[in-house]
Formats: sequence, C-alpha cells, structure tokens
Amino acid sequence: MLEVRDLTVGLSGGGAEIVRGVSLEVRAGEIMGVVGESGSGKSTMALALLGYARRGTRVTGGSVLIEDTELLSLTVRGLRAARRELVAYVPQDPGAALNPAIRIGNQLAEIGDRAGAGELLESVGLPGSREFLRRRPGELSGGQQQRVAIAMAVAARPRLIVLDEPTTGLDVSTQRRVLELVRDLCHGSAMAGVYISHDLAVVGNLADRVTVLYAGRIVETGTVGAVIGAPAHPYSRALLGSVPSTRERRELVPIPGRAPQPGEQSAGCRFTPRCAHAIAECGTREPALTLAAPGHAARCLRIGERLGRTETLVLPAKETTEGADAVLTVSGLNAHYGARQVLFDVSFALPRGNCLAVVGESGSGKTTMARCLIGLHDRQDGELSFAGARLPASAGARGREMQRRIQYIFQNSHGALNPRHPVGDSIALALRHFFGLRGKQAADRVRGALERVELPERFAQRYPAELSGGQRQRVAIARALACDPTVLICDEVTSALDVSVQASVVELLRSLCEDGLSLLFVTHDLGVVRSIADSVVVLNRGRIVEHGRTDSILGTPEHDYTRALLADTPELFTAPEPGSVPG
Amino acid sequence: MVANAEPIIESRPVPRVLRWLGMRVLFGVLTLFLVSVLIFLATEALPGDVARIVLGTNATPEKLAAVRVQLGLDQTLVAQYWHWLRGVLTGDLGTSLINHYPVGELLAGRLLNSLVLGVFALVLILPLSLLTGMLAARLRDRFYDKTLLGSSMIANALPDFVIGTVLAALFGTTLFHVLPPVALIPPGDLPWWHPADLVLPIAAMVIMGVAYLSRLVRVAFIDVLQSEYIQQAVLNGLSMRRILFRHALPNALGPITPAASLVAAYSLAGLIVVENVFSYPGIGTALVDAVGNHDLPIVQAIVLFMAAAFYVLNTLADVLANRTRRRR
Repeated sequence: MLEVRDLTVGLSGGGAEIVRGVSLEVRAGEIMGVVGESGSGKSTMALALLGYARRGTRVTGGSVLIEDTELLSLTVRGLRAARRELVAYVPQDPGAALNPAIRIGNQLAEIGDRAGAGELLESVGLPGSREFLRRRPGELSGGQQQRVAIAMAVAARPRLIVLDEPTTGLDVSTQRRVLELVRDLCHGSAMAGVYISHDLAVVGNLADRVTVLYAGRIVETGTVGAVIGAPAHPYSRALLGSVPSTRERRELVPIPGRAPQPGEQSAGCRFTPRCAHAIAECGTREPALTLAAPGHAARCLRIGERLGRTETLVLPAKETTEGADAVLTVSGLNAHYGARQVLFDVSFALPRGNCLAVVGESGSGKTTMARCLIGLHDRQDGELSFAGARLPASAGARGREMQRRIQYIFQNSHGALNPRHPVGDSIALALRHFFGLRGKQAADRVRGALERVELPERFAQRYPAELSGGQRQRVAIARALACDPTVLICDEVTSALDVSVQASVVELLRSLCEDGLSLLFVTHDLGVVRSIADSVVVLNRGRIVEHGRTDSILGTPEHDYTRALLADTPELFTAPEPGSVPG
Repeated sequence: MVANAEPIIESRPVPRVLRWLGMRVLFGVLTLFLVSVLIFLATEALPGDVARIVLGTNATPEKLAAVRVQLGLDQTLVAQYWHWLRGVLTGDLGTSLINHYPVGELLAGRLLNSLVLGVFALVLILPLSLLTGMLAARLRDRFYDKTLLGSSMIANALPDFVIGTVLAALFGTTLFHVLPPVALIPPGDLPWWHPADLVLPIAAMVIMGVAYLSRLVRVAFIDVLQSEYIQQAVLNGLSMRRILFRHALPNALGPITPAASLVAAYSLAGLIVVENVFSYPGIGTALVDAVGNHDLPIVQAIVLFMAAAFYVLNTLADVLANRTRRRR
C-alpha cells in the first residue's frame, strides 16, 4: 500500500538534512506508529508522505509509492488529485488548520460531495444536521474540530491517512474516542494509517507496528509488541523509561542531553552522546538497520548483546499524616464566570511537604481553582487559609509576604517569560521585587536558582526564544524558586512537553517536594499524577467527586468518573503480576 | 446562589455598540469644534488686511473702514468666530471676498468634481491593490514581488507632485502626447463629459494609492498564507486559485479593510496635490487659489470640510477594525 524508500528532506539551502533516508512499508488496514521527540523530523516526514515540504525545506531524494503512484514525481495537477484520492493529512491542531472563515459544511464539500457531508459527519460521531454544517470551526469544541478534520481527511476515501499528533490538545476521554475512530477507520475500511506521536503510550495502544525516529533517522522498527516489549535500541529504551504509568509510582528517567539539530555533523550514531551503552566505535561508524528478530530491526552496533536493562524504579508511597499540618486549606470554595458557576463547594487541604494533584478534564474547573488559590480570580467566595492565616481572595490584598510564599507556574512557559528580557533578568526582577536585591547579590541568587533546576549559569543571558520548551519551563520553575516559596502551584506544567522532557520536569518537581516544598499539581494526566502526587483531588464539573491518597484513588477508584478517566488513559505497561521481578 | 450582585453586561452587546458609536459621534463633534477654532485662528493670523484685499490698493481710508464694519472686522475675535460658527451651523458659509458669491454655491461644483476624481480613484485602487498585493504574496521573494516592493517604495518616497508631473510630461507633452496635460473642465460641465481630462489625474492618484495599499495587502496575505489552514488546504489538494480567493481572501480582508479606509483618508491630501498638478477644477485647486487670494471664507469652508471627511473615514477604519477584532 504505502512504500517509502530512502526518503530524504533537507533545508533548501543545502547541507542540513531533517529526514535522512527513511524507508517504511504500511499495508492496507494497518496503522504504523511513528515515535520521536520534538525535532526528530517526524512532522517533516509526515508532510513528505503527501509530497509536501514546508517553506525553506525540500524533499531531496527517495520515493513515496502509494499503490502504484509515485508521489514525488507527479505534476502539480496530479499531486493535487493524489492528495484527495490517495493520501490525506490530519493536523495536530485542528483549531488552526480549519479555516475560521468557512462553514464546515462548505469545507467538507470542497473535498467530498456536498450531499454526503452530513452522513460523513455522522460517521465520525458528530451530528450531521444542517445547523451543524452551517457552523464555523470557532463554534466547535477541540474534540469536535478534530473529528471534522478527520471527516475531511476521509471524505474522498483516500488509501492512506497521515495523522500528525492529532490528540495532543485533547483531554483523555476525547482522545480515546478519537483514537477509536482512527482505529475503526483504518481496520474497518482497509485504509493504511501513519500515526505520528511523541507519546509512546498512545502509539502502543493504537498502532500495529512502531517506527522510532531519532535525528531524522529510523533507529528502530517492528511490531508494537516487539518494540515496546523488547526494545533493541537504547533510545527506544530510554523513551520507555520516561513514560509514566497509572498503575505504579514510577521513577521517570529522563534522557540526558538534548536531541541534535539538523546539520550537526556526526560520523557515528547520533544518539551516542546521550547513550548509556555507547562504546568508542559508536562515535565513528553509523550502524545499518539490522534485524534483531524477524520483523524487528534496530540501528545499533551492540544489537544482540545483552545490555544491562535500565531498571525502572517503583517508588514507595510517601508516609503522610492526613491533615496534621496543612499549609494550605480550602473550604467551601465557589467560583463564577459571569452568571455561570464553575466551582461548587470545593474543600481540601494541602499537607506541608506533600504533592496534591488536582485532576479533571478540560472544563472541570481545575485551572479556575488554581487561579482562585493564587488570587487571580475575583469572583469567588469561601474560606482560604495559608499557614494558619486567612488568605484574602484577591492577590492584591494579600500583602507581599503571602504573595512571595505562594508561587504559580503556568502551562505555557512561552507566554510566562518576557520575550525581550534574558531569562536571568526575569528571575532577577522577582528577587528585586521581593527581597530588594540588585547587582551581584541578585546575580548570585539567579545562579543558585538556575542551578537548582539543573540549568548552567550561562543560560541567564539567553532569551526565552533561544530555549527549548523544557528549558523554558525550568526557567519558570527557577523564577518561582528564587522567591523561596512555601507552596508551588503548577498548572498543567508538563502537558506541552515531550514525554522525555516531561520526565525531567516531573523528577525535578519531585526532588523539590522531597526538600520540603508543598506542591499543588494541576493536570489531566493520570500517569504523571501516579508518579508524583501523594494525594489526589478529582474534579468533575466543578465539584470534588473523589479525594484521597493516590494509591487508593488510582488503584481502587470508587467514583464512576474516576474509573472512566482511568479507563480512557492509554497505558503502556501491563499490570505487574504479583510476585514477578520487575525488568 | 452567591450574594454577588454585580450586573451582567456581557449578555447585552447591542447597547454597548450603540454607546460606543454615540461616543465616537460626540468625540467627532468635539474634534470638529476644536478644528474650527484652529482654522479660524490660523486664517485670521494670515498676513494682509482683509478690507484692503476686498477693495484693492487704491481704496480710501473711509471706504476701508466702511467695509470693515460691513464684514464685522471691527468686532472682537470671539464675536467674529461666533458669527462664523453660527453661519456654518445654519448652512451659511459666508461669501467670497473676491467675487462676492456665496461660498456654498462656489464650492458645490468643485466639490462634485473632486468627489468624482476621488471615487473613481478609490474604485480602482482597492481591487488593483488587492490583486497586485495578493500576487506579490503568492510570488514572495520572486522577481515580481521584489520589483513591486522596490517600485512602490520609490513611489511612496517621492513627493506627491512628482508622479503627476512625470505622468503629465510623459503622456501630455513631448513624449507621447496622447492625453491633455491639464484638465480643463468648464464650470457647469459634469466631469465625466470630459473623460480624457480625467485619465491622468486618476492615474496619478491610483499609482500613489496602489503603491501604498498593495504593500499592506501583501503583508496581510503573507501572514494568512503562512497559517496552518492554508497549509491544510494545500494538503487537501485544492487548486491555488481556490486557496487564494476562497480560503485566504476572507481571512486577509480582516486586517486589510481598516487599512484601506485609512488609505482613503490619506488620499484627501493626495487629491489637493494632484488637482493642482493637472489644474483640475476641484476643491484642492480652489483651496490653493483661495489661500493665494486671501479669500478666507473659502479657505475656512474647505479645510473644515476636509477635516470632517478625514474624521469620518478614520472612524470608519476604527469601526471596521473593531468588527474584525470582535469576530475573532
């Protein structure tokens, strides 16, 4: 069905290659998962499967064969037809990829036929009514938008569908429904699927086979069972080590170093500098893709050797004395947006030195709750108390000391740092504000704060745009730490990050918590919750439906909503059998 | 429910819009009032004795005094301003100092001529800018785009009268001599009875307008063409024409419309220059003549009118900008 040979995509100027000699085969009715970190070239490769290269890049070699059509040698007109009838693309962010000015019925009619638009929408689980077809993308929810994007992709009944992280912005239950839809479409109608993701758990649950991409190269490919059950490349193993589980409190192992940029020259295996098993030869010779088992190949010199497995450590739950010494308590909290009430009688306590997770889907009110605690949401009533004193609802009324001791970290670190200041200045500003520190004293503290988040001192001079997502989030954490806080409120701080980067941020926060910092961790990701949180509050439609220790809530959930959330969360690891030795 | 009695205003957008518009009108009236004061003071400050301008250099002192009383020049400045303002508000713009015709009557024909010139120019500027700008965005960094950018930059950098003069020299005199270099439209004739006279003035206005607006269009389109929904449209196999006109255009119009109405406002200044280059009998030439003749009532009327037109076009730009912002 799809046969890719030696596909290479480079920068237009020549030289740097983003995708290097990728070969893939996907059969009809089969889903191939493509996994890699940001910058691995997976999106560039996905677009090249449609004969498309972004501005500034160029497909420089190889072949993309779909059925009997060579996509890379088609005329403009032929390529246009192929992009409807042979291959379709589902984007990562349908909110940006659907034209905001055109009604979805008209957008669907451009690709399929107008008469079938309603039926098409019903096939992806949306209402096919005339009223719905007349809506514009802005009038739909994120999940609905992604369904519309999928409906558009399959409208002309293509032979291959390429999905580029289509569930990244969705919450777990919507994600599950979209994944089911993709699975039904591919398995049911003999369409081939290529599913790009950084999330191994998602790919592991959806795909039939997996290809792992690193620095534009395939490093491992095989069936899901083989790659996830017995990974042959150290990079695949490292990725697996950073995936959290809802079933056990895992220590997440981040991958040291960073992925190479396109154009960075290396004679050997690109993963060598980050590899725990590298030998001298790895740096000088790039290995070929070699079979580890039938249908399972990896690009590693030491393939077949029994390398010491990276043990995943299952951490013991922290001993907590419930309610004994609460640093932050909330009782009877109600909050409104206009006339709409979004929080109903929320009460809980955050014990000192503990991590409390607040989980729920989008719209459950968890971010509003976090904003109430930091004093950014005015329309609230209820009793907040901090370290034994009453906490006013508005941040302005709290006084400098309380402001300093409760710090907040935003989901979007890009928006939280001033793009026109070096990040060191952003941290120094907080120091000047709270401690009146300037000059050398401030610089020393900035260095100390960066050190605590494991960033080198020279990063103080860099601008936010020069940092990666994970580094920016570390800077945001460093700024909060510089204020010497008692409580850190983290609002979805890892949801925009790759799993491997998420692992390093989670481990950082865990170590801070062990040093005595109290964390309120707002998230929709139950795997991360299991790894970091001591206790959990489950929010549904603004009400707490369950509250207790992490082990009991995620181990034996009592409320239907919690059970549904757990069932919807993709889980990579099978439940540990009693008595079995891990690893 | 909570005892939070804050009124909910989000759910009633219509009165808000009306209130906003009301404020704009109020500010407009206030602005125009200030402008009228400025105009009055500025024209009064012009050198020269009005009575002497009316009567010529050989007038006797007695006659001069009589005319001063007749024109109210012996009264205080405030009284004179009040007299003028009351006239403006009741539709009486005064009489020309030179030929003693009512200003309104004198300017009506001129105003129509200018309006015809301006409207024709705008009707051409808008679609032409859209097409050239769109094409430049589509062919970004290619030869056409770079040529357009360069030449439009030059056209905008030149003083306004240069383009008109060059056009007149090229097509009206030595080189081709196919069109009249001056637009001699007799009073009482409608301008479109003399289409040949209109061509060059309109061309000059269009070149200046397109040079400016097409660059704004280009930038707006480049923004839109870089968006993910355009990439998706390409990946959906749609034709380039469909992508440009159906997918990009509606989204690019958002930032373009307010810019276009601003261009319309700035064209007023261009109008004065172009009319004078081609001796086109509009309010632009009337203004320059009146300033030369110290015909104060005419100067005051024209400047007040232009200020009002400028304000209206600017407000239109604001309204359109607001509308696009609210739709996002």
